[in-house]
Amino acid sequence: MSKRLTIALAGNPNSGKTTVFNSLTGSRQHVGNYPGVTVEKKEGNLNYKGYEITVIDLPGTYSLTAYSIDEIVTRNFVVEEKPDVVIDIIDASNLERNLYLATQFMELEVPLILAFNMFDLAEKQGLAVDKKRLSELLGCPIVFTVATKKTGITELLEEVIKLKEGPVIFKKVRLDYGREMEEEIKKIEDILIEDRVLTQKYASRWLTVKLLERDSEVIKRAKASLHAGRVLEQTEKSINHLKNIFGDNPEAIIAERRYGLISGACSEAAQRTYELRHTTSDKIDKVLVNRVLGLPIFLGMTWLLFRFVFGFSEPLMRWIEIGRVWLQQLVRSFLPEGSVIQSLLVDGVIGGVGSVLVFVPVIFLLFLVMAILEDSGYMARVAFIMDRFMHKLGLHGRSSIPMLLGFGCTLPAIMATRTIDDQKDRLVTILINPFMSCGARLPFYALFIAAFFPGRMAGNILFSLYVLGIIIAIIMAKLFRRYLFRGPANPFVMELPPYRMPTLKGLLIHMWERGVVYLKKAGTVIFIGCVLVWFLSNFPWGPQRSVENSYAGRMGRVIAPVFKPLGLDDWRLSVGLIGGFIGKEIVVGTLGTLYSVDQAGNGATSLREALQNQTRADGSKMYTPLVAYAAMVFVLLYMPCIAVIGVIKKETNSWRWPLFAAFYTTAVAWIVALIVYQGGRLLGLG
Amino acid sequence: MRGQFLPLTLVRPNREVSLMAVIGGQGLRRRLNDMGLSKGVKFKVIHASVAGPCIISLGNSRLVLGRGMAHKILVKEE
Repeated sequence: MSKRLTIALAGNPNSGKTTVFNSLTGSRQHVGNYPGVTVEKKEGNLNYKGYEITVIDLPGTYSLTAYSIDEIVTRNFVVEEKPDVVIDIIDASNLERNLYLATQFMELEVPLILAFNMFDLAEKQGLAVDKKRLSELLGCPIVFTVATKKTGITELLEEVIKLKEGPVIFKKVRLDYGREMEEEIKKIEDILIEDRVLTQKYASRWLTVKLLERDSEVIKRAKASLHAGRVLEQTEKSINHLKNIFGDNPEAIIAERRYGLISGACSEAAQRTYELRHTTSDKIDKVLVNRVLGLPIFLGMTWLLFRFVFGFSEPLMRWIEIGRVWLQQLVRSFLPEGSVIQSLLVDGVIGGVGSVLVFVPVIFLLFLVMAILEDSGYMARVAFIMDRFMHKLGLHGRSSIPMLLGFGCTLPAIMATRTIDDQKDRLVTILINPFMSCGARLPFYALFIAAFFPGRMAGNILFSLYVLGIIIAIIMAKLFRRYLFRGPANPFVMELPPYRMPTLKGLLIHMWERGVVYLKKAGTVIFIGCVLVWFLSNFPWGPQRSVENSYAGRMGRVIAPVFKPLGLDDWRLSVGLIGGFIGKEIVVGTLGTLYSVDQAGNGATSLREALQNQTRADGSKMYTPLVAYAAMVFVLLYMPCIAVIGVIKKETNSWRWPLFAAFYTTAVAWIVALIVYQGGRLLGLG
Repeated sequence: MRGQFLPLTLVRPNREVSLMAVIGGQGLRRRLNDMGLSKGVKFKVIHASVAGPCIISLGNSRLVLGRGMAHKILVKEE
C-alpha cells in the first residue's frame, strides 16, 4: 500500500496559486464544498515517489484573521484537518506583503514550505534572494517556482517529502513580539494551557495572540473553555495594559512586529532594484482605466466579446441541431410506432435534452471569455472603473464583479458576493444579481432571436436585453438602498494584479470547470425536468390523447390568462415558464417537447420554424417580433432558478430573502414585459 | 501638525506619501494592515480623484482603494 500525504496550498489572491495547483495535479481535480459553508473546495491528486498525495487548494487570502469566510475556512482547515504540509505560494515580486500570510502560518506552527512563485519575473526586476539564509531566518524551506513553465514543481515535491520524512533542517522561528507583549502573552498562555482539550488542538501561543487581536472566532472558542472567565478577564487586562504602553491597539503592534520580522529577514537575505513589473501594466492602465476612456472601452469590449461568442457558436449550434434531428429520426424508426417508449425516448429524452445541449457552445465560449477577462487581470480593473458608478447606487466597485459573473451564471455570482464585507451591500448585490442575464437564459434568447430577428439585428437585440437587465438592476438597487437597507456604503480595498498573458491551459481549465457545472445541471436536473414535462404533456395516455387535454395543457391554460396582457397567448410558453423554475434553460427544452408533441404527425421539425409558423385562434401569427421581445424580457427578469433560490437561502441563512427574491423578480418581470408590449403597440411596433 | 495631513483623495498623482492615520473602525484598519498599509508606510499615488477610487503603488503592487476608504486615509506628502 502506498503512503498517503496531504498538502494544502495557501497564498494571496493573484499569487499564481491556481497555476501551481494545476501544475501539481494536472487534470486530476475535483471541486466540492467545505462542510457547512459554501466556499469552494478544490482537490487534486498525484503520485510521487510512492506517495499518494492529495493537494487541497485553499481560498486565496491576505491574512488569517476571522475577517471573511475564506480566511476562517483556510484557518480551520489547517488547524483541524492538519495537512502534512502547507505550501504558501508567494508572489516573488511582492515579497513583503505576501510573507505577511506566511508569518501567520508560522504562528500556527504548521509544517510550512514557501514557494516563491513567478520567480523569473522577479529576477528580471533585479530580485536576488539568498535562499539558504532566508530559509534560516524564516525557519522553513523556500523553493523558487515558475508555475506557468512548471519550473520548480518537482523541487517543491522533493521538499514536501523531505519535510515529511525528516530530519528537520530549519529550526522553526518564533516571532518575538517584544518584551511588554511577551509578558502579557505569557500571562494569558499560562491560564490557557490548563485547558488541555483546547490546547491540544490549537497552539496555545497562537490562541493567545489571536485573543490579543480580539479575533471573534477564537474568543468564541475561549468562551467554551473551562477557564473562560479567567482567560477573558486576563485578556481584557492585558489589552488595556498594552494600550496604555503603546497608545495603540495590541493588534496594530502585532501586525507591526510581523512586518518587522519580514523586513528584517528581507533586508538581510533579499536584494532588489525596485519595480519594473508594473511599468507595462501602468502604461496599459493609462488607457484602460482612464477617467474618460475607461468606461466606453469596457462597454465596447463587452459588446465585441458578445459578438465573438455568438459569431463562433452559431455554426456549431446548427450542426448540433442537425445531429439531434437525425438521431430522433433514427431512434423513431427503430421503435414501435405510437408506443410510450418511442415517445419517451424521441420526444422526451432526445428532444428535451438535445434542445438544451444545442447551446453548449455558447455557454462554453462565454465562460472562455470570462476566463480571459479574469486571467488577464482586466476583471480587477472593471471593479475600479465601475466603482464611481456603483457608488451612485450605494454599492461599491467590488459588487461589480459578482454582477459581471452574473452574466455567466447567477449561482457562482451569488457565491462571489462573499468577498463583500458589508452585509447590506452583500444583500443588495444578491437581490439584484438575477437581473444580470445568465448563460441559462441564452438558449431562450438564441431561439427567439434566430426565429424573429434575423440577420444583423440579432446582435443588437441581444445586447439590448443585457442592457435592460442592467438598468432594472440599477433601479432596484437604488430602491433597496433607499427603503430596505439604509446607511452608508462600506469602503473597499483590492489589489490590481499586473496584466498577464493568460495561458491556454489555465483558460481551458477555467472554462471547463464552469462549463461542466452547466453540463451537469443539463444532465441531471434538466433531464428530470424534461421527462416530467414529457409526462405531463402526454398523459393521460391513450390513442386519442392530445396535448390540449394533457396535464400540462390544462396547467398552461389555467395560468395563460396571466400572460395575456403581455401579448403572450401561447399556453406552451406558460408551461415552459413553469418549467423554468427548475432552470431557465428548461424553457427551451419544454417548448421543444411541447412543439414536437403537438406535431407528432409531421415528425421532428426545427423548433425555430414551429414557433415562426404557430398561429393564434384568429389565424394571425402567434409571435410577432414585439411579442417575442416581450417574452424575452419576461424570461430575462422573472424568478431565478431553484438552484439560485437554494444558494440565496444558504448564503443568507434564512428563507426570507430567497422567497422575497423569487416574488419580487417575477412581479418586476410582469410589469416590465407589460410596459414593453403595451408601449410597443402604442408606438405601432406590433 | 495636523494641518499637514490630507486625505488620499486630494493628493496629486505621482506623489510619494506616508500613511499617517486611518479614520475608521478596527475592521477597516485590520484590512488595511493585512494588505500592507500600516502606519508610517510610504507609497506612491498613481490615480486619485475626489469623485472616484484611488490607485496607489505600494511596494511592488497596485492597490485600489474605494472612494469611501480613500477619504479616511490621511497621508503626508514627502
